[in-house]
Amino acid sequence: MTNVLEKHEITLGFIPLLDSAPLIIAQELGFFAEQDLKVTLRGEFSWATIRDKVSFGLLDGAQMLAPMPLAATLGLGSIPTPMVTAFSLGLNGNAITLSNRLWQSLDAFTQTDQPVLSRLKHYIDIRKQQGQLPLKLGIVYPYSQHNYLLRYWLASGDIHPERDLDLPVISPTRMIKSMADGLIDGFCVGEPWNTVAEQQEVGRTAISGYQIWNNAPEKVFGVTQKWAQENPNTHQAVLKALLQAALWLDKEENRAQTLDILARPEYLNLSCPEDAARVPLLETENWPQFYRYSATFPWHSHARWLLQQMLRWQQLPNQSEKDAQELEQMIQQVYRTDLYRQAASTLDLPVPGDNNKPEGVHDNEWLLEQDNHNILLGPSRFIDGREFC
Amino acid sequence: MKRMPKLNLSVMLVDNEPARAAILEQALLDAGYRIAARLEETSDLSEQVRLLQPDIVIIDIESPDRDTMEDMSRLHKDNPRPVVMFSEQDDEQTIASAIRAGVSAYIADDIQATRVKPILEVAIARFREFHALRDELDKVRNQLADRKLIEKAKGLLMQHKQCSEEEAYKDLRKMAMDQSKRLTDVAENVISVLELVLKTK
Repeated sequence: MTNVLEKHEITLGFIPLLDSAPLIIAQELGFFAEQDLKVTLRGEFSWATIRDKVSFGLLDGAQMLAPMPLAATLGLGSIPTPMVTAFSLGLNGNAITLSNRLWQSLDAFTQTDQPVLSRLKHYIDIRKQQGQLPLKLGIVYPYSQHNYLLRYWLASGDIHPERDLDLPVISPTRMIKSMADGLIDGFCVGEPWNTVAEQQEVGRTAISGYQIWNNAPEKVFGVTQKWAQENPNTHQAVLKALLQAALWLDKEENRAQTLDILARPEYLNLSCPEDAARVPLLETENWPQFYRYSATFPWHSHARWLLQQMLRWQQLPNQSEKDAQELEQMIQQVYRTDLYRQAASTLDLPVPGDNNKPEGVHDNEWLLEQDNHNILLGPSRFIDGREFC
Repeated sequence: MKRMPKLNLSVMLVDNEPARAAILEQALLDAGYRIAARLEETSDLSEQVRLLQPDIVIIDIESPDRDTMEDMSRLHKDNPRPVVMFSEQDDEQTIASAIRAGVSAYIADDIQATRVKPILEVAIARFREFHALRDELDKVRNQLADRKLIEKAKGLLMQHKQCSEEEAYKDLRKMAMDQSKRLTDVAENVISVLELVLKTK
């Protein structure tokens, strides 16, 4: 029995990044078509535009930064537009790259056998004494995992991201050029742009997002709450196609083909898929987890951590007891585990019974034991060993 | 004499379509506004905004610079804020049509939201006009290309079958009807086949 789709033709937005893969693969390998969906994929160049086009119905749904459905619902940076996500597009995939010039300064002023974070701290202190302007580290959006991971890392080394540094916002596709032009000294951005920066000898990776938080959530598939209510069957069809794409992407032998498809001009437009750039990219630990470790599940514990970062960096005003309860309700409203479970169970895929998992507790893979089926989950360590339970 | 609104609000235009930006610039000048700057894609937008202190920034919604603007408005109180933030109930329609037309806007803190509406309306109208013109141009270009294809197919048919122009055209139309294809598609097929045939002769 199939449910009638409210809409057969839909337009979905993406930003050229490795973790737009589930959308692109679902399109190219026919998983959308199998669900009777005719999808137009539209490449966008700014996150604000993704948010606005989804809000005003120019896009049916889109790849979004994980904090975006929460931020839009809260009205951070826009009029409040209730959004929902029932699907995580993957874990990991970010890294922090520092420019060659900054590396040279670190080599000149600090001891090379020290960890990069303490060297950075030391060099920032020297610059302060000399009265120099703060270093600039680019991020892609204020409400992004890039911003939060970068800040988390810096703060773990006693560097204050606002007092000690400048964090300008730059579009991912323009990050490398800005570094080459000397406008920024480093950035935190999603792959493939870190690998490409190394390849073009513009900068070198300092640390991967994985090392800051093992298996951190990154992008989600987001729609407005209104759209989800008006198009429940179409939404389910999209989720099922994305699940199929994620299963396919999970196989290591499919990586090379994935990169071939993603590199095309209409997607990431990578100019050098044939040459050396692809090898390190295929092997990088920044390659996202697309399915295993329940990578596609919209964990409430992920949403809660993101909200905690908004509070920590004063993007959200400090919360009273009542506000805190409202935030908890908002997690339920935005992170739709019920819709995920509905789609996954139609495909006979195992689903976590709980909406939360302990974050920062496991160093290794571990088994979530459930009555019907166990689920393998990944390590979730933070660089400073903190636990969020 | 009627006074201009707050003697010349200054507008900054950020658009990668120089032709469209030029049209909008002229329209705004005619309406009595000042143009702080007209920029194409730029890597130092935040510097420019700080330097020129425009009252309003109009920026193409497809520009990668949008996220930079969003962040600026969050960081400093005196930086322009997104217009969407100010939308009252009755303005929502304007905002929606702005986004549909590809216009996004940011306004300085001390400027009343209501004063932006006329500027937005000018921008929306000019953007739409520009898109309509471009669509029209594309259509004309396509028609021209189509006509050229058909002419070429006719010529080849005449040469191949030693027939008149009229007969060749009839043949093409019949093929199109029999195969229920567009005339241009049939012409393309005919060209590729006959070019091969005539070459091998």
